[in-house]
Amino acid sequence: MADIKRHILTVQVDNEAGVLARVVGLFSARGYNIESLTVAETDAAQHTSRITIVTSGTPAVVEQIEAQLRRLVPVHGVVNWTSAKGGIEREMALVKLDGGKRDAALKAAEPFKARALETGGKTLVFEIMDAPGQIDAFIAAMRPLGLLDVSRTGVAAISRDADAV
Amino acid sequence: MSTDTKTAAKATQETLTGAQIVVRALKDQGVTHIFGYPGGAVLPIYDALFADEGITHVLVRHEQGATHAAEGYARSTGKPGVVLVTSGPGATNAVTGMTDALMDSIPLVVLTGQVATHLIGTDAFQEADTVGITRACTKHNWLVKDVNDLAHTLHEAFYIATSGRPGPVVVDIPKDVQFKPGPYLRPNELRLRSYRPKTDPDVEAINKAVEMMAAAKRPVLYTGGGIINAGPTASKALRELAALTGFPVTSTLMGLGAFPASSPQWLGMLGMHGTYEANNVMHDCDLMICLGARFDDRCTGRIDAFSPGSKKIHLDIDASQINKVIRVDLGIVADAGKAIGAMVAAWKAQNKKVDAPALKDWWTQIETWRAKNSLAYRPSKTTIKPQYALDRLYELTRGRDLYITTEVGQHQMWAAQRLKFEEPHRWMTSGGLGTMGYGLPAAVGVQVAHPDALVIDVAGEASVQMTMQEMSTAVQYNLPIKIFILNNEYMGMVRQWQQLLHGGRYSHSYSEALPDFVKMAEAFGCLGLRATTPDELDGKILEMINSKKAVLFDCRVDKTENCYPMIPSGAAHNEMILSDAGDGPGVSEEGKMLV
Repeated sequence: MADIKRHILTVQVDNEAGVLARVVGLFSARGYNIESLTVAETDAAQHTSRITIVTSGTPAVVEQIEAQLRRLVPVHGVVNWTSAKGGIEREMALVKLDGGKRDAALKAAEPFKARALETGGKTLVFEIMDAPGQIDAFIAAMRPLGLLDVSRTGVAAISRDADAV
Repeated sequence: MSTDTKTAAKATQETLTGAQIVVRALKDQGVTHIFGYPGGAVLPIYDALFADEGITHVLVRHEQGATHAAEGYARSTGKPGVVLVTSGPGATNAVTGMTDALMDSIPLVVLTGQVATHLIGTDAFQEADTVGITRACTKHNWLVKDVNDLAHTLHEAFYIATSGRPGPVVVDIPKDVQFKPGPYLRPNELRLRSYRPKTDPDVEAINKAVEMMAAAKRPVLYTGGGIINAGPTASKALRELAALTGFPVTSTLMGLGAFPASSPQWLGMLGMHGTYEANNVMHDCDLMICLGARFDDRCTGRIDAFSPGSKKIHLDIDASQINKVIRVDLGIVADAGKAIGAMVAAWKAQNKKVDAPALKDWWTQIETWRAKNSLAYRPSKTTIKPQYALDRLYELTRGRDLYITTEVGQHQMWAAQRLKFEEPHRWMTSGGLGTMGYGLPAAVGVQVAHPDALVIDVAGEASVQMTMQEMSTAVQYNLPIKIFILNNEYMGMVRQWQQLLHGGRYSHSYSEALPDFVKMAEAFGCLGLRATTPDELDGKILEMINSKKAVLFDCRVDKTENCYPMIPSGAAHNEMILSDAGDGPGVSEEGKMLV
């Protein structure tokens, strides 16, 4: 299908037992795709958490995903950043290299604004915080320079305008 | 009222044990009957029930029976059905009924015992991850680990089960929580932060809908179980809308009874085994007004050939149903009673008129389809045709206070085609999940709710054996349910599909050994009857109806009769098979993939 697009959904939920399982179970039960998922409590006093899901699908499928998410009892709201205007998305990654090409790696990392966390030992570890596409590019740049391991957080997203989700 | 409220406020200070909280919450929710089965992890609750006289407990013989009985109770009364079962196997046995209730939007509150909180996760005796297992087959579920959360969770459970799109919920209660003392809160103290079902229709959408109706030349009202769930006001509003507009009405399996079958505007059921006129109307209409139905695959047939020339309005209380299967031109998210009522009011207030000449032509066309008499069958003087048996059952029970349940298969479709319903809540069947074994325990639940009514389970000999043990429940509680078994010795619908799709290779669809149902009835302590020829049928049916006992009726019918009309899998509404004569398109390779 030609019109499959990537969508970022933010789901505001009550932070109760099993809420993540409900959201994830919905995706697996109905055959939807999860590309990344990020979750943490965002308001301890209110016990609410924000789940950010990157998914892909046709407009009809994504409309269904949003509607199905809204049906879940602990869900307060769902925002689709792909259709909403002014969304910002960021992801963090930790990238480990074997350190054999240390100088070349440090130099290549500069334009990405990746921070070296571990430079003294045998390995070299970078921290990078950026849009997911930039992180992809950084990982690609590190691959020939002794890439050992990557850990990514998945996307967090927020709007630029004055509204809250 | 104000003094009541004050008393209620004081009463909130009361401290009870968890088990007492359960019983009190049930009573405050207006529960009079529960269906259950005791076991280790619910003994404190059973003890609290023992000490209380306000709630009648119906002891089933298997937990699946409890859930179906509760479904029958709920569907025939409009009240939630309540189930109480133990941990582990008690809960897992209830899963089929919960899934059935989820598919058909039946409000159930299922209370399950759980091992004590300190044993959770240790693979304790009769431990199962009940909330994990039932997450996918409930509208919502809870594991209550703290007795302080018990009362409000129980009230929340009733609210969620019965509001919005109804469905089953589970409250899993560890045994130590049942023993612990905790505060009791009344239902009116309930506060839900996130769940707010929308029930009021959008005024603009209603205006748009009546505009589309006034402009329609070939309209149809396609109604579903949502109208039954919305209560008597919805059914009444539907009748009013149909009377105002003169539009033809068809219904899904779940919606039968919302509109009277005696009306000349009634087309019969639509879908895979719907009438020729209903399906042709669905295919050729220019405006489809879907009210509380969900474009299920049994109703739509082939999606890309579904009603190609129509504009579509879809009313549903569940927003996720709109545009799920079929893209529609106008979606209305609201309670069916409120929305149809608003349509009626808007139609009158705006003095709308139908396109009368176009509608007249449409009805002329519909009458030509109706003249096909698609439910006709070849009668026999020697063998009982299943259609004949149901026609006689219908005639001989007319005018009675009658409730019908069914199992799943050919007999269910024949019952849907041939028994005519005038009122909602009279027809209990497993539509979405297609659960063989539903009808007998459902009849138990219906009879519990309506002790003086005539409750008949139209059954097949295969389905009914899945939950046959509940006859014992019926006998224990003097529930005179009538189990009318159309016995063709085959899983009839499986046999029919094997004939049509698999070259007549009847793989494991014939029951080579069957119990003697008459002797079985006697063993259970109820009445057994058998009819083998058309001549003796009426007398035996009357004997069944007039008996004060529960009855197992072994009606020996034609073994190879097929259920027609039929839209074969993967075909469109206007490609129906009408008889064994082999008219119609047959089944495509793609169609064989479908269920």
